[in-house]
Amino acid sequence: MFPIRPRVRTGAVIAAIVALTAPLAVACGSGQAGPDTLVIYSGRHEGLVGGLLDRLGQATGLDVEVRYGGSAEMAAQILEEGAATEADLFFSQDAGALGALGEQGRLATLPARVLNRAPEKFRAADGSWVATSARARVVAYDPGQVREEELPESADDLLDPRWRGQIGYAPTNASWQASVTGFRVLRGEAGARAWLTGFAGNQPQRYQNNLAVLDAVDQGQIALGLINHYYWHRKVAEVGEENVNARLHYVGGDDPLALVNVAGAGVVEGNDSPDAALKAVEFLLSEQAQRYFADNTAEYPVNADVTSARHDLPPLTEVQSPDIDLSSLSSLQETLAMLQEVGLS
Amino acid sequence: MAAAAALAPLAYLVLRSFEGGVRRVGDVLWQERTLALAGRSLALAGAVAAACLVLGVLGAWLVVRSDLPGRRAAAVLLVLPLAVPSYVSGFTWIAQWPSLAGFPGAFGVLTLVSFPYVLLPVAAALRSADPAVEEVARTLGKPAGRTFLLVTLRQIRPAATAGALLVALYVLSDFGAVSLMRFEAFTMGIYTSYQATFDRTPAAILGCVLVVLAMALTYGERRARGAAAGRAARGAARTPHPVPLGRARIPALAGVVTVVTLALGVPVYSLLRWLLAGRSAGVDPADLLSATWGTVTVSGLGALLTVALAIPVGVLAARHRGPVARGVELASFAGHALPGITVGLALVFFGIRVAPGLYQEVPMLAFAYAVLFLPLAVGAVRTAVANAPPVLEDVARSLGKGRAATQLLVTLPLSAPGILAGAALVFLTCAKELPATLLLRPTGTDTLATQLWSNTEIAAFAAAAPYAAVLLVVAAVPALLLDQFLRGPASRR
Repeated sequence: MFPIRPRVRTGAVIAAIVALTAPLAVACGSGQAGPDTLVIYSGRHEGLVGGLLDRLGQATGLDVEVRYGGSAEMAAQILEEGAATEADLFFSQDAGALGALGEQGRLATLPARVLNRAPEKFRAADGSWVATSARARVVAYDPGQVREEELPESADDLLDPRWRGQIGYAPTNASWQASVTGFRVLRGEAGARAWLTGFAGNQPQRYQNNLAVLDAVDQGQIALGLINHYYWHRKVAEVGEENVNARLHYVGGDDPLALVNVAGAGVVEGNDSPDAALKAVEFLLSEQAQRYFADNTAEYPVNADVTSARHDLPPLTEVQSPDIDLSSLSSLQETLAMLQEVGLS
Repeated sequence: MAAAAALAPLAYLVLRSFEGGVRRVGDVLWQERTLALAGRSLALAGAVAAACLVLGVLGAWLVVRSDLPGRRAAAVLLVLPLAVPSYVSGFTWIAQWPSLAGFPGAFGVLTLVSFPYVLLPVAAALRSADPAVEEVARTLGKPAGRTFLLVTLRQIRPAATAGALLVALYVLSDFGAVSLMRFEAFTMGIYTSYQATFDRTPAAILGCVLVVLAMALTYGERRARGAAAGRAARGAARTPHPVPLGRARIPALAGVVTVVTLALGVPVYSLLRWLLAGRSAGVDPADLLSATWGTVTVSGLGALLTVALAIPVGVLAARHRGPVARGVELASFAGHALPGITVGLALVFFGIRVAPGLYQEVPMLAFAYAVLFLPLAVGAVRTAVANAPPVLEDVARSLGKGRAATQLLVTLPLSAPGILAGAALVFLTCAKELPATLLLRPTGTDTLATQLWSNTEIAAFAAAAPYAAVLLVVAAVPALLLDQFLRGPASRR
């Protein structure tokens, strides 16, 4: 006969149910962030800014909680959370995500004394966010294939048949897309379309991200790569300069290829600790934090007085970039439509 | 609650889709690009599912029924690719062979990480199948090959199609491999919409299309599974005699070694290279430990909750054949085809409004895992319950036990190994999950997957390698248990 022992089995089932629910109950017990805690949603990575945000707590005496994720995902999360959000401060990798929150009225206006710490070029016209660091678009090249005098002096030089199939770019990368928006702002829709069509005709190679582009240049698979400056500096820091073959070229002038973009911060509208959030933005613009960006992430500080002790960065004031309102880079949808049209998406 | 799990993302998608008006929905749907994306995703899902069917069935037959040298080790090694997240596999592949980008790369990576979804249930079916039927065919003069085609394939058909469905749904939902391989699939469209336009409406509309595709596939699988399930007779549970491979031994062995090398060797080799080459090494053991603990706890709770929700659905699906049972099972499969970010944002939306106390707490993350991975557990429960002899339930009922007591005391204990296998499968899948984990984890809690992500995003590969390695190990343990659970009573004896 099949042994059915109800009492034992029932006990086991009850034990299983308790085992299932007990951790849930424990987990529910952990408290929500109160008004004394500053909750930062960071679209910037922990490896890049974790050390800095630790110092934020020490420097300001605030109880800081940081949530890390992608900038776009975090912006979407803050929008979905609506008024109930716990986020006090949004620290974003790019101006676009801040702009999206600003447009939906989810960011509070910052006071002039905070905004004035960054050059006018690097803050929102409506005062909803301020840049904390900057990055330059550069051309990485393989010195084994390209002599210095052959380097492109403008975006139009990239259309030369010499570079057919020899240029790498990262189609899904936000900085690349922002630079295309820059083309549209600087040259108009028709001018941008003409350049993109020519570029697509030169059969550029697509890569997953800037780093993959740099690696391909470094290994000589392609001659040129369109990336941000700091990828090269971080690679040098990671494997040593003697092991990096690729070199950087700053195009300069007011060429769209020389665009300088930013990472920045905004205070979430209606949050429960506005003073603490403001203090945090001030900290991110302080000399200590600006030096951290220059030394640790190899970005340009927005405070021109601060220089990097660790990376060989040309000063931001010497980096020529087109004069462009970064808020105008928010028209990404049109850029994507155009990229799709010319077959570069 | 199982129904709520299945319906939460659907409700969210419909809500968001129509936010911009009906016209907007039409505009997004009728774009040429939407159709192209759907076509590409379906082609990829079909190709990967077909390849997984071939690899999975051949592999399962070799390790269960043949005299392949080292087949015990092969049985373990062929399950382990399940432990490799598609983004790790994709990353290491594209780093080694950049020219694979596009369809070939996406196809290769997804096939290699997901063929165990077919191999595992087929191996279990082969072990529990009654060898007498094959022997009868052989004594009636059918050669070995024809016996395999006529008898064996029919015995494993339900297991194989169920596995292939999971593979196809997984391919539809995958973002890691397709994005790394730059293959523009449906999920790429969804992510681009979030990342480039910060506009959630087109992403939601595309999500609805994915749900429809998933429903169609699930329905198709039900048709293909057919009524062939179940044994002709009880038969004696015993191990069948291994089929001698003869001259095919060497090619078969070479095939298994090749698959294992590609699926496991390449990622492991790349991780070792990262560890040795970079200077960002020096991971904090305390961080590694807390991330491991984070992964074990959230995945453990996720697996428990998923299985708890799957049991009623699976029992319903195995024992009843009505429109309700069919509907609940069908709905539970929808979540599996949705990318993690869509399910994650749906729970952000509902979570903070319905249960603010649980928002960004572990239980809600566990619930997200249940939405995403319910089909994995439902399939396991359904198969296990279907294999438990209903006659024992009848005996319990005749002895005066009620319906619920019978299922609790008789059906569940009988199907326990299969249900545990489902739990193991869900656990390791939770451990690999990334987008929903990023959105819903408690602030400050890290898992191995989130740490791996945050280090690779900033190119600190040497720092990322230990997290990837531990993640492989943590996911490998349930993968091994899974193999044990599914060996069944015959071979454990």
